[in-house]
Amino acid sequence: MRADALLRLDTAASKRSTALLEQGIGRARRDKVALGAFALLLGEAIRYSQNRVVGIQDLEAKLGELGRRVGVRAFELLMWRDKNVRRETRVLQTLVFINTVVWRALFDKQADALGHSTENDDEYMITDNEPDVLRYVSPPREMASFSPGAFLAGIVEAIVACCQCPARVTAHQVPGDGMPLKTVILVKFDRAVIEREKRLEAGK
Amino acid sequence: MIHAIYIINRSGGLIYSRDFSGQVAQLSSNEALIFAGTFHGIHALAARVSPALKPGATRDLGIQSIDTKSFRVHCYQTPTGIKFIAVTDLLRTSLADVLARTYRLYCDYVLKNPFYSLEMPIRSDMFDATLAQAVKAG
Repeated sequence: MRADALLRLDTAASKRSTALLEQGIGRARRDKVALGAFALLLGEAIRYSQNRVVGIQDLEAKLGELGRRVGVRAFELLMWRDKNVRRETRVLQTLVFINTVVWRALFDKQADALGHSTENDDEYMITDNEPDVLRYVSPPREMASFSPGAFLAGIVEAIVACCQCPARVTAHQVPGDGMPLKTVILVKFDRAVIEREKRLEAGK
Repeated sequence: MIHAIYIINRSGGLIYSRDFSGQVAQLSSNEALIFAGTFHGIHALAARVSPALKPGATRDLGIQSIDTKSFRVHCYQTPTGIKFIAVTDLLRTSLADVLARTYRLYCDYVLKNPFYSLEMPIRSDMFDATLAQAVKAG
């Protein structure tokens, strides 16, 4: 009797929330999540990680790991959902893909700049002047070297790996005027990737 | 003109203080703490001893501003018991809007910051920056 009542209650509740919770993942329209809700979730993830690490680098590594888990899934979803994108395997196309398609899907905007390092030919930079997801994260002074962008770096790392261009990805906060959160994501490709790229160039 | 803004937590501890105009003598950190504790006390008292309070009437909200010859102290208490206090010159009659905006910034940039522990002093660059903007605009 009681179980019956509960069951009835349950279906009534789920009927109300059908629209929101039971949407297929194939919907092409942009499903938006409130930034506040995401900020609280990411904040909790950071706090949770912080209690389980022994230093700033360790914390960044842990956030990177979280980011990678997001990246792999986001990549798969993008490929499945968007009929117009191809899976890239070349370095430049991969970076442009991240800069535009991935950023638009995740953050509803393009990244602000894509650059090539002048010193090392295997280093590329993706710049986001105002990463919304990091807006509410302000590390205390004694952790000034901590870069919460490690989460974004993890996402990028997973995606370049999925595109057959494995790389070591790090994030650096470089506050500019009026842009206190400006984050540069440094992508350092594996030697093998750069050599393969050169061979492909020569073979053209 | 807004001279300074203070934030006092539920138990009367000072968790944030910042000077904006540079035109008034700065309180030392000890004085600021004493100010916060004292204000917290008289605010609670004022809410209790209000002569207008009849039985069954809604509770008095306590001190909302204090006037002196040269400055005015505004207080905005949130429903949760945090006090936002501003020291201004006498030209500002009401500061509820600026303090309400400060409350919003507190909810955003302080409470959502994973490095902040509740009821503790606020140290957040983003809060500093956005509050400075709000004070400038207000």
